[in-house]
Amino acid sequence: MTAVTDTTHHDDHRHGPAKGLMRWVLTTNHKDIGSMYLWFSFAMFLTGGAMAMIIRAELFQPGLQIVEPAFFNQMTTMHGLIMVFGAVMPAFVGLANWMIPMMIGAPDMALPRMNNWSFWILPFAAVMLVSTLFMEGGGPNFGWTFYAPLSTDFAPPSTTFFIFAIHMLGISSIMGAINIIATILNLRAPGMTMMKMPLFVWTWLITAYLLIAVMPVLAGAVTMMLMDIHFGTSFFNAGGGGDPVLFQHIFWFFGHPEVYIMILPSFGIVSAILPAFARKPLFGYTSMVYAVASIAFLSFIVWAHHMFTVGIPLVGELFFMYATMLIAVPTGVKVFNWVSTMFRGSMTFETPMLFSIAFVVLFTIGGFSGLMLSIAPADFQYHDTYFVVAHFHYVLVPGAIFAIFAATYYWLPKWTGHMYDETLAKTHFWMSFIGMNLTFFPMHFIGLAGMPRRIPDYALQFADFNMIASIGGFMFGVTQFLFLFIVIKCIKGGEKAEAKPWDGADGLEWSLPSPAPYHTFTTPPDVK
Amino acid sequence: MADKDDKSPIDLSRRTLIRSGLVAGGMFGFGFAMVPIYNVFCKVTGLNGKTDPNPYNYNAETAKVDTSRTIKVQFVATKNTGMSWDFKPTVTEVLVHPGQVGELEFVARNPTEKQMIGQAIPSVTPFQATNYLHKVECFCFTTQTLEAGEEKVMPLRIIVDQALPRHITKLTLSYTLFDVTTMGERTLAS
Repeated sequence: MTAVTDTTHHDDHRHGPAKGLMRWVLTTNHKDIGSMYLWFSFAMFLTGGAMAMIIRAELFQPGLQIVEPAFFNQMTTMHGLIMVFGAVMPAFVGLANWMIPMMIGAPDMALPRMNNWSFWILPFAAVMLVSTLFMEGGGPNFGWTFYAPLSTDFAPPSTTFFIFAIHMLGISSIMGAINIIATILNLRAPGMTMMKMPLFVWTWLITAYLLIAVMPVLAGAVTMMLMDIHFGTSFFNAGGGGDPVLFQHIFWFFGHPEVYIMILPSFGIVSAILPAFARKPLFGYTSMVYAVASIAFLSFIVWAHHMFTVGIPLVGELFFMYATMLIAVPTGVKVFNWVSTMFRGSMTFETPMLFSIAFVVLFTIGGFSGLMLSIAPADFQYHDTYFVVAHFHYVLVPGAIFAIFAATYYWLPKWTGHMYDETLAKTHFWMSFIGMNLTFFPMHFIGLAGMPRRIPDYALQFADFNMIASIGGFMFGVTQFLFLFIVIKCIKGGEKAEAKPWDGADGLEWSLPSPAPYHTFTTPPDVK
Repeated sequence: MADKDDKSPIDLSRRTLIRSGLVAGGMFGFGFAMVPIYNVFCKVTGLNGKTDPNPYNYNAETAKVDTSRTIKVQFVATKNTGMSWDFKPTVTEVLVHPGQVGELEFVARNPTEKQMIGQAIPSVTPFQATNYLHKVECFCFTTQTLEAGEEKVMPLRIIVDQALPRHITKLTLSYTLFDVTTMGERTLAS
């Protein structure tokens, strides 16, 4: 009986997507929503990237040439906010939308209407955030960490719009995270036990828990700012009995798990791609799962390592220093597992593999500079210098961004049904790789030599390295248009992709034809 | 997950939605709960040099003077950004025995042409001494209202606790003066 109703139900939808623009507004299909997330993310990547170009243009030479310092502050702030909340996080949610149902044998996400809603909040939040740049007094100029009282007493009037934009972005990510948790826990195909799930699914499950745990804390922090600004409370105003240092504690209680939210899904992507192109199963699957869970747990007890210089007691400095260093242990487990996976493998170097190997090498460099920063007595020298900028760009650009590129190239044949242009893609890789290293490697040196971050001018001795960094930055920036071209070319046509274009690849998604049909796994597959 | 067979995925997903939503709501509350947690933590440990916002309950017994050592208490007056008052102590340091009352005065003057309200926020360095520096009388317990051009002499009476760790021989009491005209008059303790 149920079979009969099921059939008629399916017939309603089997003809594929609706026609016209309203398809995208009303869709509840995980593939549509995944694509929209990815396109949105790319648009934000270019927007935030354009701001980075303004920053690098201003820093090309010492002295003030192109922009006013006030505008420079808005650029550094908005670049950070847009890249974190607009580019990296939505890109991972987009990949989760596309791949998680196909990886666990589910027909769609568990809560498809909420899925639609969590995407469509994003463009409005982003427009509101960017529109602050055109308001009286300019946009947010207090750094992406928006420390009070800079973001309360001394903030431009547009800060209220910034606060609501953060609220909306937060609600969107919380809904996206709940959807991912519900999908993974409830919609796995029969036989797909937790310890058989691909690591991308595992890392996203843990990321989703991090999101629902810390995004509300960020919402609380900006709500307190809102009340301090408009309703006369004194959460962060010392004159009224509050404490500005409290802001930093609340912010980094969110902020430190947040940086893992931006890296854990990358771990999952690389753990899928390295075995595929080394033609060996992933080394140490179980230890990978436990390592990710340990990293997620540790992320909650290390936040004050961002605040070594605010004046916390010696015991606190030591606790946060050692707890931070402890993170190197599970991270080391992961890096060694990846290296062991490649060891004696039959490796080929297609673009996803190139980006993944670059990820392992460069993310490890970023990890090492993180270890240097975790040494509390040394941090007093590094704090708020370009060394910090070099560190977090080494973990975010080759970490998050390269993993997103790798994932795009790896699954693009599945999404579009066509192979991408390998020559152009390799050009994209090498230009990005060289550009990225040219930009951020010199920043280690100028940071150690004492160049402070977030300042539009610098002392003459930093001129050469800054010019190199700017040239690298422009190179990295321009190259991303090539990426756009490669993706569009691949959507329009190209060599026909087989169901499984990578012979070493493993996973349920490759059992589907390429391009993946609009509805997949309407009957659950058999998982051995 | 045990009852997976007898519930539809829709029911299960709805349950996950409700549970996760409660976690998210709880964490929103936790963000606000960090405010009192932080304040209690600072009060217990003396972190950030936050002194008790209430007058110290002075009586002769607790105030038995320990003449075996002398503590140098230094005073610093800072004006927060945008605060236009003149604000300084009459002496920059006093020498007291633990248990002995030290007295001095701070002078504040409002040079502007309108009434203003100021609030001084104390902070003690080193922070380990915070809970051993008691204030019997302080202008910082309440806001101070000064008329245009008015000058006010504000007394401060302090006692260093006899239990002050012996390795501390010198401590600094710093006041930062905030302009709280828009917030109105009130006491800090409330």
